[in-house]
Amino acid sequence: MIVLIKRPTPSRFWAYTTPLLAVLATMIAGGLLFAALGKNPVEAIKVIFWDPLFGANAAYFRSQLLVKAAPLILIAAGLAVGFRAGIWNIGAEGQYIIGALCGASVALAAYPAESAWLFPAMVVAGLLGGFLWGMIPAALRVVFGTSEILVSLMLVYVAQNLLAYAAFGPLKNPQGYGFPGSRNLQQYPSAHNPELIAGTGAHWGVVAALIAVIGAYVLMHRHIAGFRIRVAGEAPRAARFAGVVPARLVVTCLGLSGALAGLAGLFEVSGPNGQITDSFNAGYGFTAIIVAFLGRLHPLGILLAGLLMALTYIGGDMAQLMLGLPAAAIQVFQGMLLFFLLGFDLLTNYRIRMTGAHA
Amino acid sequence: MILGGIDIIVLSATLMAASTPVLLAATGELIAEKAGVLNLGVEGMMIMGAVGGFAAATVTGSPVLGFVGGALAGAVLAMVFAVLTQVFLSNQTATGLALTLFGLGLSALIGKGYEGVRPPPTPKLDLGPLADIPVLGPVLFSHDWVVYASLALVAGTWVFLRRSRAGLILRAVGESHDAAHALGYRVIAVRIAALAFGGAMAGFGGAYLSLVRVPQWTEGMTAGAGWIALAIVVFASWRPERVLIGAYLFGGISALQLQLQAAGYAIPVHLLSMAPYVLTIVVLVLLSALHRHGAQAAPADLGRSFHAAR
Repeated sequence: MIVLIKRPTPSRFWAYTTPLLAVLATMIAGGLLFAALGKNPVEAIKVIFWDPLFGANAAYFRSQLLVKAAPLILIAAGLAVGFRAGIWNIGAEGQYIIGALCGASVALAAYPAESAWLFPAMVVAGLLGGFLWGMIPAALRVVFGTSEILVSLMLVYVAQNLLAYAAFGPLKNPQGYGFPGSRNLQQYPSAHNPELIAGTGAHWGVVAALIAVIGAYVLMHRHIAGFRIRVAGEAPRAARFAGVVPARLVVTCLGLSGALAGLAGLFEVSGPNGQITDSFNAGYGFTAIIVAFLGRLHPLGILLAGLLMALTYIGGDMAQLMLGLPAAAIQVFQGMLLFFLLGFDLLTNYRIRMTGAHA
Repeated sequence: MILGGIDIIVLSATLMAASTPVLLAATGELIAEKAGVLNLGVEGMMIMGAVGGFAAATVTGSPVLGFVGGALAGAVLAMVFAVLTQVFLSNQTATGLALTLFGLGLSALIGKGYEGVRPPPTPKLDLGPLADIPVLGPVLFSHDWVVYASLALVAGTWVFLRRSRAGLILRAVGESHDAAHALGYRVIAVRIAALAFGGAMAGFGGAYLSLVRVPQWTEGMTAGAGWIALAIVVFASWRPERVLIGAYLFGGISALQLQLQAAGYAIPVHLLSMAPYVLTIVVLVLLSALHRHGAQAAPADLGRSFHAAR
């Protein structure tokens, strides 16, 4: 009989190994899925994971890697801090939208004035927008004890409707021949978030993501505040005795993750995307949840996980083009990855023992 | 009866049908949560039910088989959750989120071939003279069988939880899994069964969306209904009769919102579409404000993994 014995402390070895195992298992299960869809599994896996990095035209795809990874890492770095503390902000998608809306509104209000101060002002607006949108579930949780999970998620749908309203209404391009969608910020020099080094795809969002990773590392692993956050998540009672104020923790975690998600939205709308449209959001806020877990809620892990997840996006697009693989297949692939990861985590927290029949 | 451009009778009549998907999903989730499992994957199970039910109905040509297929699809996805959380002892919040993300992806993949197809119609039940009663007839007695089945399921859930021995065991497992285990009840088995029921109900509700409410398949068509079902369970303080009130309140708002759009009010469509979500938040807040010091309504072991020490 198989018996599980809880480890006194999570195994370090398995904590590092399970993400790799999960990726491997997902590749196998994904291969089976692709085979079921009538595609050659080996070729599909190669197109998704190998070709964007080392195949023909790899130079272009490698620059896309940073473009796609930056918002994921930026959002996940914030989410992970909250998840550590047991505070579940699953509405990052909404905070991302609101950040983009606020930043773009500042730019569109100033149009066509050129000023070196415009872009910094947009950054502040995006950050504040995401922060305030994150403050709604935080305030409701602190004041009334309402579940932050449900409120933050509901606010995604509210934000999505606000986005559509803005794209069809107040932010619509007056010279857009009646089409919905705002002016393209890429054609507005002061508001544009350009590629900083040609050919790398690195824009200000990539810089911000790197700063966020370093900041999160310092906060969580080199600062007393991070220690308190981790204790609060692992032993809430002990944390309270140690003087951790739960309300302050909720506000910090939701505020931080909201602000970072808002920033990600602002960098996306002013850079790679360029425009407020009703389909502007691409689900980064939800994929970032997978990134946070795949990265073991550790900033450096998130950096790697974000790059891997960005690779599946790019490879998925490629597989769609070259093999006719449906776009949704990649979504299934990402979901499976999270399943395997959560399942394999058993090895981190439990020891598996085979015992005799007399168990 | 017309009030401000809105026909009250038509509104009340659509209310029951509009509420049915969330009512079914919320009733299923109620049972799972009463057994102590928090499954945040309702949205994923619902959309799998929507696509599974749609596929089964169009392939077989039978809407009834469609609903069976929808319930099965939801239950199968719930089993993935059950294996991960009950056998592999994974974190329930994270696994539930994964279930939703996975379900949304898989349903889009399966549904590709069904876009733009019309499902076989589900006829309204012929209740004879009852349907001819003024006001009450169109409001209460002119629906399809699923609407009445959902009401029967709520009543059945109430009886099961309050009046049956099995219901008592289920509640014991949710309140204290250690005590239930010590008494010799099989905690994991009870929880897996509760999850399967929850998944089947969510799938059933999802199938009602794609087969009757809309009726067609579009990607992401549940649009948060699964999350609203989760909110309704909290709103209902884990009581079946209050789930009914919560679901009808929500259904009323979404029906009203659609009627306001149709009546041509000068409110932008997108702002009206927000109403159900904003209302859900408002209701959750009101409820938690009222129960500020009485969170005992939730099953005591909700969301905690069970691992028998011996």
